[in-house]
Amino acid sequence: MPESMIHAEHLSRSFGTIKAVDDLSMDVPAGIVFGFLGPNGAGKTTTIHLLLGLLEPTQGKARVMGFDTRSQADEIRNRSGALLEFSGLYERMSAEDNLDLYGRIYRMPGPERKARAKELLTHLDLWDRRKEKVGNWSRGMKQKIAIARALFHHPPLVFLDEPTAGLDPVAAAALRADLTSLVANEGVTVFLNTHNLAEAEKLCAQVGVIRKGKLLVLGNPDELRLREGGNKVEIIGRGFDEKTLTLLQARPEVQRAEIQNSRLMIDTRGESRIGPLVTLIVQSGAEVEDISRGGESLEELFLTLMQEENQ
Amino acid sequence: MSDLWTMIWKEWKDFLWSGGRSDLLRPLLNIAVLGIILPLSFSQGWINLDPAPVLIVLFTPFMFVILIISDAIAGERERHTLETLLASRISDRAILLSKVLVAVAYNWAMTLLCLLLGALVVNLSQGLRQWEFYKPISLFSVVLVLCFLTTLLAASGGVLISLKSATVRQASQTMLLGLIILGLSISMIVRLLPPGFATSLTTPQIVLIIMLVLVVLDAILLVASLASFQRSRLILS
Repeated sequence: MPESMIHAEHLSRSFGTIKAVDDLSMDVPAGIVFGFLGPNGAGKTTTIHLLLGLLEPTQGKARVMGFDTRSQADEIRNRSGALLEFSGLYERMSAEDNLDLYGRIYRMPGPERKARAKELLTHLDLWDRRKEKVGNWSRGMKQKIAIARALFHHPPLVFLDEPTAGLDPVAAAALRADLTSLVANEGVTVFLNTHNLAEAEKLCAQVGVIRKGKLLVLGNPDELRLREGGNKVEIIGRGFDEKTLTLLQARPEVQRAEIQNSRLMIDTRGESRIGPLVTLIVQSGAEVEDISRGGESLEELFLTLMQEENQ
Repeated sequence: MSDLWTMIWKEWKDFLWSGGRSDLLRPLLNIAVLGIILPLSFSQGWINLDPAPVLIVLFTPFMFVILIISDAIAGERERHTLETLLASRISDRAILLSKVLVAVAYNWAMTLLCLLLGALVVNLSQGLRQWEFYKPISLFSVVLVLCFLTTLLAASGGVLISLKSATVRQASQTMLLGLIILGLSISMIVRLLPPGFATSLTTPQIVLIIMLVLVVLDAILLVASLASFQRSRLILS
């Protein structure tokens, strides 16, 4: 297996005049959950279609598990699992038969299919309901089965296209928990399309942000937050007031300082040292309990990136 | 071959027999019409394979296939199961051929069953002293072969239309239109034949020509369906 599970080079796909994916270059290492973030219509689904070899790129190339998406798409589809935009379940068939179908498709022997179905359905707490037709199930349960189906044949790579979209917060959290434990058990690489930033923050070791087909940033969520929001300092404590703000704003390294919900938020110029600022705050009579640098959440980072692109 | 069996298993489970009582409706309706009602109304003419019952026997499975096959690809697309299937390793050929084969095999087997039941119904209703079967038996064999070829025509033409239709409704409407055009075309071809052409041929020759035409049409439609089944086109539709 190559070190890089997915390698894309200047990958582009146009539909008429619209560039759905525009000059996308990236590497996704093996064994991680990779979050592909972007608003609706950003090109996330088209990227999955390109990586699965379901669509041909108009320019550039990509290799998935070492296979070329143009000429070896069958090999890629043979070794990967997918939960696309819709669950893709046959609603007149039972949960067990839905899993069995994909086991047959991937040519798993009968006893192995049975054992695997039991393993996954038990893990998802659905074993007792295996004979029920999935058409009568809630969306959350259908998504669980669809994830089990994607992992059924032990693929080294799984594509998930917004698996928690349309779920209520409780069902989404439950699905995320199941996904996390399944992924940990199976040791698969996951390419996760999502616009749920909290989800990406919880699950992903690496993220890429895409907008209008263009990859804006790529990296570890923590590193990105530091890189993009590294000039932000968040101070938790007591006694912050106008005097504290005035003292801080008088400092040349401070670009902006404000109090948000009893927290002191400071934007500094460049990689300034925080120590002198903390001393100043304490001297102003306030108490400091906690300090964090690069305090932007992934959501804030995402919104900042979207705004920058709009400008 | 293993892929084809997998997809036939899926078609059976998903479409024909998912285990509910409603699954019985279609075969029961088929059996009631072709196996009981029509044999009773034609009585001896049914067993004697008069022209009218023969045409009905050929036409009924054709109509049943049209009802089933409109759902083939368009139904999968409408229920959002096609995209996931296309993202798997299953071959295009297995997906397409399984739909054609299941529709043809199901309807042909059902027709055979109905014909056997029809013979029994006529014998019982007529109170015949000696058991009578379809006669001449050679014509019965020809009917079965023609029935197979016409259901294959409906299935391969239907799957081609279903491939290009966004919804099941659109597929059904296009198929109905196709059926009307087919009927009109046959009538026009018959009229365009030189006078005395049909009378110059023997019945076996006419049957052979019809069979050959059906085989050629079946082959053309199947090849066209296979050529039209392109993942990149289907994923965007």
